[in-house]
Amino acid sequence: MGPIVPLFNVSNEINLLFAFIIGLGFGFVLEQAGFSSSRKLAGMFYGYDITVLKVFFTAAITGMLGLIFLNFMGLIDLDIIYINEYYITSSIIGGIIMGAGFIIGGFCPGTSFTAAAIGKIDAMWFVAGSIAGIFLFGEIYPLLESIYMSNYEGAVKISNILGIRDGYFALLLIIVASIMFWIGELAEKKFKREDISKEI
Amino acid sequence: MDPYIAGVLLGLVLLASFYLTGRGLGASGATRSIVVSGVSAIAPNHAENSEYFKKYLHDESPMKSWLVLEIAGVIIGGFLSGAWAGRLKLKVEHSPKITSRRRIMLASAGGLLFGFGSQLGRGCTSGAALTGMATLSLAGFVTMLAIFGTAFALAYFFRKNWI
Repeated sequence: MGPIVPLFNVSNEINLLFAFIIGLGFGFVLEQAGFSSSRKLAGMFYGYDITVLKVFFTAAITGMLGLIFLNFMGLIDLDIIYINEYYITSSIIGGIIMGAGFIIGGFCPGTSFTAAAIGKIDAMWFVAGSIAGIFLFGEIYPLLESIYMSNYEGAVKISNILGIRDGYFALLLIIVASIMFWIGELAEKKFKREDISKEI
Repeated sequence: MDPYIAGVLLGLVLLASFYLTGRGLGASGATRSIVVSGVSAIAPNHAENSEYFKKYLHDESPMKSWLVLEIAGVIIGGFLSGAWAGRLKLKVEHSPKITSRRRIMLASAGGLLFGFGSQLGRGCTSGAALTGMATLSLAGFVTMLAIFGTAFALAYFFRKNWI
């Protein structure tokens, strides 16, 4: 029965060891997927390389189905799994600012770490920039607190909002993702940039 | 690696994280620990008086946090993958149409925005969007749509930096 750490009172040292090993897998897969290249990541938004779409949605669906199956087989207690809390305003505005950071900087925080790890100097600057951005947020937090805390909805699940069972939502997402993959692969043919793909 | 296979592997890493520790993946939270530790080392009073940083000043050092250890793994895992694939090289990657200097300025500005936004949005592409979607959290889907929607909407204005 999982999750192991909270259910079996596993020591903090072992939990941190799990964190490190999970991180090893996370970093290895991100780098193998080609996410240590900003021009490959940015390809998503110009259609010449939609690897981001493929990896991101396949991973989210795999994780989602895994949780649903583990729960179905009684192998995991989903009540202990953290569900992100929804603050409407800050989720949307935060996401918009992150989206601007993505198209300007070409990385997100996780991918910038793997790119910096293989020697991308621009990724190291991205990491430095994000340190500055987090520091800035902390310094002006009193001005932002009302936005940060407003419109709190709790830890709501999308399946509950739509009034359908988790499994049906997962099926719906698989169908939507498959359509996006099909459109995305057509875009990759149409907007192909051999020069960029060869370089990365 | 084939993107779909990489996606399944990434999903399995995420699932292992849920099964073992009860939590998903993250990235910007580790950067926040670095910032909180730095502020607390240089100006301890300032950190304790900061409404935001003091939330993360626990008895134990923030550098011994779960996400910091996970990101240490990410950096080593990325390095090993790059070494295995023969991709280790110090360089600034940029479109031939722009200079290295411009690329570094854009990367720094993008990092600044992403760092700032990840605090307002309570997590980045890993912790809010990917992990949030796997647990079917509405916040995860909203954050994902806001990130990718904005990047698509602004792509036209920044095209000369990429293609």
